[in-house]
Amino acid sequence: MIPIVKEQLTQAGNFSLFIGRFFKEIFVPPFQINEFLRQCYTIGCKSLPLVSITGFIMGLVLTIQSRPTMTKFGAESWLPSMVSLSLIREIAPVVTALICAGKIASGIGAELGSMKVSSQIDAMEVSAVNPYKYLVVTRILATTLMVPMLVIFADFVGIFGGYIGYNVHNTITLQRYFSEVIEHLDFLDVMPAVIKTFFFGFFIGVIGCYKGFNASSGTASVGLAANSAVVTASLSIFIIDMLAVQITDLFF
Amino acid sequence: MKEQPIIEIKNLHKAFGKNKVLKGISLRVNKGEDLVILGRSGSGKSVAIKCLVGLLEADRGKLEIFGTDITKLNYEGLNKIRLKIGFMFQNGALYDSMSVRENLTFTLKHHTRHLTEENIEQQILEALESVGLQDAIDKMPSELSGGMIKRISLARTIIIKPEIIFYDEPTAGLDTITAQEISELILSVQKKYKTSSIIITHDMICAKMTGNRIIIIKEGLVHAEGTYEELENSTDPWVKSFFFATNQYAMGPGPTV
Repeated sequence: MIPIVKEQLTQAGNFSLFIGRFFKEIFVPPFQINEFLRQCYTIGCKSLPLVSITGFIMGLVLTIQSRPTMTKFGAESWLPSMVSLSLIREIAPVVTALICAGKIASGIGAELGSMKVSSQIDAMEVSAVNPYKYLVVTRILATTLMVPMLVIFADFVGIFGGYIGYNVHNTITLQRYFSEVIEHLDFLDVMPAVIKTFFFGFFIGVIGCYKGFNASSGTASVGLAANSAVVTASLSIFIIDMLAVQITDLFF
Repeated sequence: MKEQPIIEIKNLHKAFGKNKVLKGISLRVNKGEDLVILGRSGSGKSVAIKCLVGLLEADRGKLEIFGTDITKLNYEGLNKIRLKIGFMFQNGALYDSMSVRENLTFTLKHHTRHLTEENIEQQILEALESVGLQDAIDKMPSELSGGMIKRISLARTIIIKPEIIFYDEPTAGLDTITAQEISELILSVQKKYKTSSIIITHDMICAKMTGNRIIIIKEGLVHAEGTYEELENSTDPWVKSFFFATNQYAMGPGPTV
């Protein structure tokens, strides 16, 4: 029992140091702007199709599934605002972040893990290029910035999906649907949800990088790093979400 | 007067858990000298040079490069020394998401921001010409053979014009002819760029061709030292059996020792 606890504490300590190093390196030049932009493109733009499809389906399904109950209570006209609120406050951030955990954290974990076991990170180190700054800082910054953008994009696509779902049984113009949505949206519905997505993005990046950067030797560890990155990042999203809901509840 | 060594290891100790790999090895390399380190697998040869470039932290001992003890340097100080050192990894360690051109420019662009694109291109072509692979400039590492990977890795090493090059088993995993070509290439790089080097190898032909001096590591300690001819004619039973066994292996199946 004691060795397991010791191992877990060591892991937690190393993870904290890893995060600490990020905040230390981020302010020290040289800044890897080109690599950061490349990562933004890889993480952000290349995830757009996946996020679009899931966002659209979320809005569509939520509308179609909620309609009978809302109709029963004579609140069908509330459907656009109910769906958009659910999407913006909870469903789109969490589902998009989970998709990013699956796609991005595993990708980063596998890529860095593979670089580690094939000595590419050592080669970078020996050539006096700081691999932490080049590989880790750029990726964490890119996920921290891109995940919120993907979530906002998913919000819009999800609301559009809701519009399509609403039009299966009713008829409403897109303009009217969106004005219904915006009319019932409050600043406090949007801000806490957006803020928590920065934390989602940060932890997706940190966990992916940490798992990959610390992969042990052997090809099996690459798969393990990718797998572990997805599981840990997904779990961290739920924990951050729970904390965010508690904090939002306390203050707003 | 005794010549000032460019590399000096004194009493280097390194252990991984309870496994003591290096138990106090000492060696020195003078300017322009090419030292070959021989030894059985797991004897700590690669560990020693990884300690020298700061990839591994020595438990105890002094590691001097250009007269500076690298164990006392901070990260920035170590990086300044690393800029004068080339390291050729056993597997080549080319960045597999980058083309050959990008692999070669990566370090250059990071450290020589004053260079123009034309200068960089010229240096890439010169490095590739030195290893005879100008045609591979736009290829990806996945498109290269084992021998080509080693050559490109050597080109990447020499492009920063290092004063010292560490070769970690440069001919491992190659057929005899390609291994000999790589050894000849190392020899030509030594002559052309006037580098000092440490070559870790199991390949006796490579050791004979590229090294001025050879040391043999046994159980974490320097067991024997001398020129190839001196060691080949050594009366030490272990050195004799080591040379006999490796030469026999290189020539093909024969009686075991």
